[in-house]
Amino acid sequence: MNLLEVRALSVAIGAARPVDGVAFDLAPGETFALLGESGCGKSLTALALMRLLPAAARIAGGSVRFAGEELCVLPEARMRDVRGGRIGMIFQEPGTSLNPVMTIGAQIGEALRVHGGSAGRERVVELLAAVGIPDAARRAGEYPFQLSGGMKQRAMIAMALAGEPELLIADEPTTALDVTIQAQVLDLLRDLQRQRGMALLLITHDLGIVARMADRIGVMYAGQLVEVAPRAAFFAAPMHPYSRRLFAALPDAAARGQRLVTIPGSVPPLGTQFPGCRFVARCGDAMPVCRREPPPWRTPADGHAVRCHLEAAPAAALSAPGAAPEEKLGAGTAAQLEVRGLQVYFPIRRGVLRRTVGHVRAVDGVDLRLAAGRTLALVGESGCGKTTVGKAILGLLPPTGGGVAFAGAPQRGLAPARMQMVFQDPFNSLNPRLRVGAIVAEGNPAADVAALLEQVGLSADMAGRYPHEFSGGQRQRIAIARALAVRPPLLICDEPTSALDVSVQAQILNLLTDLQARLGLAYLFITHNIAVVDYLAHEVAVMYLGRIVERGTVAEVLRDPRHPYTQALLAAVPRLDGRRERVQVAGDPPSPADPPPGCHFHPRCPRAQARCRTAYPESVAFSATHAVSCFFAA
Amino acid sequence: MMFKPVLLWSDALFFLLLAAALGGVAWAARVEHLRVAWRRVGQSRTGMAAATLLLAFVAVGLLDSLHYRERLPGEKEAYAVEVRSALDALLSGLRTRTEKTYSAPLATHSFAKETLDAEGGGRDFPRLKYGGAHLGDDLAGQGADLLVRTVQGLGIGMVAWLALWLASAPLRRAAPGLAWNAALVTLLALCLVAGPVAALAQGYHVLGTDKVGQDVLYLTLKSIRTGLLIGTLTTLIMLPAAVFLGLLAGYAGGWLDDVIQYVYTTLNSIPGVLLIAAAVLMMQVMIDTHPDWFATSAERADARLLALCAILGITSWTGLCRLLRGETLKLRELEYVQAARALGVSDLRILSRHILPNVMHIVMIAIVMDFSGLVLAEAVLSYVGIGVDPNTISFGTMINTARMELAREPMVWWSLAAAFVFMFALVLAANLFADVVRDAFDPRAAR
Amino acid sequence: MLAYLIRRLFYALPILIGVNVITFALFFVVNTPDDMARMQLGVKHVTPEAIVKWKAERGYDRPLFWNDAAPGAGRLTQTIFFTKSVKMFALDFGRADDGRDIAREIGLRMGPSLAVAVPVFALGLFAAISFALLLVYFRATYLDFAGVVLCVAMMSISGLFYIIGGQWLVSKVWHLVPISGYAEGLTAAKFIILPVIVSVLAGIGSSARWYRTIFLEETTRDYVRTARAKGLSERLVLFRHVLRNALIPILTGAVVVIPTLFMGSLLIEAFFGIPGLGSYTIDAINAQDFAVVRAMVFIGSALYIVGLLLTDISYTLVDPRIRLQ
Ligand code: SF4
Ligand code: SF4
Repeated sequence: MNLLEVRALSVAIGAARPVDGVAFDLAPGETFALLGESGCGKSLTALALMRLLPAAARIAGGSVRFAGEELCVLPEARMRDVRGGRIGMIFQEPGTSLNPVMTIGAQIGEALRVHGGSAGRERVVELLAAVGIPDAARRAGEYPFQLSGGMKQRAMIAMALAGEPELLIADEPTTALDVTIQAQVLDLLRDLQRQRGMALLLITHDLGIVARMADRIGVMYAGQLVEVAPRAAFFAAPMHPYSRRLFAALPDAAARGQRLVTIPGSVPPLGTQFPGCRFVARCGDAMPVCRREPPPWRTPADGHAVRCHLEAAPAAALSAPGAAPEEKLGAGTAAQLEVRGLQVYFPIRRGVLRRTVGHVRAVDGVDLRLAAGRTLALVGESGCGKTTVGKAILGLLPPTGGGVAFAGAPQRGLAPARMQMVFQDPFNSLNPRLRVGAIVAEGNPAADVAALLEQVGLSADMAGRYPHEFSGGQRQRIAIARALAVRPPLLICDEPTSALDVSVQAQILNLLTDLQARLGLAYLFITHNIAVVDYLAHEVAVMYLGRIVERGTVAEVLRDPRHPYTQALLAAVPRLDGRRERVQVAGDPPSPADPPPGCHFHPRCPRAQARCRTAYPESVAFSATHAVSCFFAA
Repeated sequence: MMFKPVLLWSDALFFLLLAAALGGVAWAARVEHLRVAWRRVGQSRTGMAAATLLLAFVAVGLLDSLHYRERLPGEKEAYAVEVRSALDALLSGLRTRTEKTYSAPLATHSFAKETLDAEGGGRDFPRLKYGGAHLGDDLAGQGADLLVRTVQGLGIGMVAWLALWLASAPLRRAAPGLAWNAALVTLLALCLVAGPVAALAQGYHVLGTDKVGQDVLYLTLKSIRTGLLIGTLTTLIMLPAAVFLGLLAGYAGGWLDDVIQYVYTTLNSIPGVLLIAAAVLMMQVMIDTHPDWFATSAERADARLLALCAILGITSWTGLCRLLRGETLKLRELEYVQAARALGVSDLRILSRHILPNVMHIVMIAIVMDFSGLVLAEAVLSYVGIGVDPNTISFGTMINTARMELAREPMVWWSLAAAFVFMFALVLAANLFADVVRDAFDPRAAR
Repeated sequence: MLAYLIRRLFYALPILIGVNVITFALFFVVNTPDDMARMQLGVKHVTPEAIVKWKAERGYDRPLFWNDAAPGAGRLTQTIFFTKSVKMFALDFGRADDGRDIAREIGLRMGPSLAVAVPVFALGLFAAISFALLLVYFRATYLDFAGVVLCVAMMSISGLFYIIGGQWLVSKVWHLVPISGYAEGLTAAKFIILPVIVSVLAGIGSSARWYRTIFLEETTRDYVRTARAKGLSERLVLFRHVLRNALIPILTGAVVVIPTLFMGSLLIEAFFGIPGLGSYTIDAINAQDFAVVRAMVFIGSALYIVGLLLTDISYTLVDPRIRLQ
């Protein structure tokens, strides 16, 4: 018998239906992944199951049967026994999802008490230990702000386990975490699920996580499920045109030198009326019937269901029209940008007189070299200082030591005509009070706004509109146009796609490669996304705690990583084939205010020896381009 | 010329403010996000009703700000020392029909017994000189007279409302979708109250008379201008400093930030009432020791009013300044400001293009939120004796003179009641309007 | 943390000096002592001799900053600035214009002020928080709506009317308590009860509405959703999670006024004839007794600065994020 049976579940916000007729089953002990891009309704679905919808939303119809019991009509008092008892839930932001003024132990004890368990301290410590929190007894008395992000998510999981749930709903549980921490938490979830025989409903946007965790997958689009399939079948041959394009839009090494497949346009806004298929406006396979009639469910194979008018998926793999432009204008080998020993320290002030008692060494001696027309990726986890490097090179932050040379000449302060930056958050990077035309012409009032907009794939008549009328991807295009207006030879891109959905990310990546080919731009690409690096970069520098630990060409660093940290980083990235490598690092990165002595990585390094604790390793060259800072790089 | 126009300083500032408001409306109509926000205000029924009421108050205040001096009869060109306003001219009946002392609303007889030295002698309530004088000896007909006048007044009010309704049609067509019904209903209610009051006021003291026999209705209407001026001019005076210093402290940081923070923490740490008291006392000394500065007593009272606004402004800019500093600190780190810096945009341009427009909603909200508090503060300060000039008619001075008489038996309640009703209406409308404006301009509400 | 507090203390000193300078400028530079004397003695018929005498009696005959006539350090100390302003740091406020010692007077009048102000503070805070919690518990219902309307209406009424209305209704119509006055000891209760109720009522509208927004904002936080997902009842969520977090800004915000409670309330004390510091100030204002007003400004600011310090301390006590850092 199924543990959870969802039928025709709909959620209404006013007249809009952000979740519209979702149906799926979940067997005991099974992992079902709801996959979709932002705004597809997957999180609302999860909240609706728990009847925890925000005030504006309500369940408009359908049924949710959990272990034979209808949850939608359960009195609120009985529903409370289900919440946190038979169904546990964890959320995306561990940082804000815990009560900041209660200790971890008290919050877990509370969950134990509501569900009639013994709320004794031993039980709390036991739970914390079960989710892999070291020194659990002490941690139980600490407040959330004293724990790292990964620890907080573990504490959340412990809290969800307090009621011995049969089903755990995990809503983007690792999206806010770094990739090495993400791997730890995913493994933990997996292990707990095995031990306890829990079913897991995993809400995610990440195909890699799905491949690693799920038994079955449901793909959501615009409030509806469009494809449900077992993992193997889904990854072998996704059927729905949307699913197929999601795969094709993923950047990776195989797609190098080609344009990525994109899904044109963006997700339809909430409240859109759909006479036919919801995907029709963006579907390359659309037929006339698609506009008129909602597509029926088809089951081409056992357990594999697709909601599409297409009889059978086209055999040919998707490929983008046209390969990426080949010729690299002016790509040279002479260094255009040269960074030597760059240091950025932030003082820590303490005491009565606010004396500087130490420094946060955000950037601590970074060397970089970037040739014209090439792309250098600066890779690292959050807090490693990579964004600070970008801002210091640009001149937005004064360096504490070291320097930057551009085309051979040393550069101090801002140099608008030489380099520009594209920022991560498309929603904060455009002034909401200015029209697009004014934004683009900001740095160069004489700029040809229309031409610039067309260059980044927007139409010239958009110049008169305000930023809020644009989607995230379009805003990022506007930000690129603004930077290009002053014709800089170098662009510093700070995670330009990490706030975007996969399909939109592909559009921006295509645009960036086009621009490089056409204008001969050099990119310093700051990112944590290895797949993007693999697709786009020529060289890579891996950063850990303010220093570069490994550098080289993409092939050298990504195919043949020598530094233990690089190896762990690459192993932690969830892979589409679901294969998992167990080379993992434990623990969290230390604080740059107080870096460990010797090699910064030694507390987490599987290969660390006595020597690593006392001295920082010199950089060892493996080839003309490949250098590693490790005593035992093999 | 029959009269000589007089422009008091406060009038000038008030007109300036109105002009700025009109200019602001024109500007808002062109800038999208402002248009959207004001539209949200207009779509709110509470907002429209409150705005209508406020506009009625502003109209009274405006009439009361058109000052002039009457020409004295005679060959030579000479003007009266008394400065009057258009409102005084309109209400000249009310102003001139003063009784001897207290009389209850709609009364025909005085409130206090007097020795009647006419034939018969003895002590009795004397007839009022004006209240109900037209009745002659037919006192029994008062009820019927009141009824007739009320009905007439209702009719007039209705007609006035219909006229306004027709007159506003183009406006409503120009901006459909706003909560015009709420505005019209408020207007109807206003007309239906004002009509009978106006009709009755021809023959009676609708709200009674005060100690020296002045018509209370006249006094309350005159108080409106004072309240409006204090509520708006204070903000106007403090605004430039608050905005300039707040942005400067937040954007420049460093020692400038320290100095500005020090200044406002210091000012803020002096209890407001005491600072105002001290400043007002000093100002009083200054005004009293320089009687030669002012040509008329109206000018002196006006100077004192302005000085009060300035003092209130000095004590109240710190809150807004701190708010703006905090917001600027946040905005300074936002990506679009960073991007502008990377593009080599100058600091001044960043402040004016990127920061100022994005804190304007805070300024806007502060203006409307402060208004009601200031109107209330005026009453308390004047009551304590550190408010407006005792000769300036204001809610505070009205309450101050009226509360002495609470101990009387029977009570003289009408002055207080009148001040209460008018003040409550003004402050409530302002509070409701402020709420709507805040909700409409708060960027969090926009989503 | 101790270092932090010491630093705050050091920061308070320049502020107090600033206040001192501002008051000095206000009282002695904007108008000269001659102006004040003329004012006090009646503008019209003052003789220069009377002015000189008035100034000498009150010590206003010295130079402002620098006394050339005095010997040694007296050049600095025998000045108005030193005797009238600097000495305030030593809590030496001198004499009022009527000759009484200000410090003594303040000591006598603190008691009655506190007797009214403390209950007003405690009851007001309690009533406003309870009312706000009630509204939040019934949020998005008609009760909530009616409550907010009531709050807005109540805050649109001038404090003067609360007092006048209260006195009229309770004392004149119902004859429950005396209309004004004060007595020492337990009998004070019957004089205090009405002013306390009136002040609480006058303040509850705006504070309850303000607290309600704080509570409401807190209910939208992620951890509240977590608490619900745990299976907690709405009551527990509100009282254990929301209340505890919202009380941090509310209580620490209230702490700042605690020291200034000593100052009493001008209006309440004046209306109800309570012989506290509030009515002392009012009397001084009406009598244009500058020495007293100056002293009160200084004390008020000093107490406010103490309040700021207490706020910092209370933050470190209630908020673990600050306590443990
Ligand atoms: S139904 Fe038509 S439009 Fe929709 S996904 Fe299938 S082919 Fe595309
Ligand atoms: S130097 Fe030692 S600790 Fe550092 S990465 Fe190499 S092996 Fe690990």
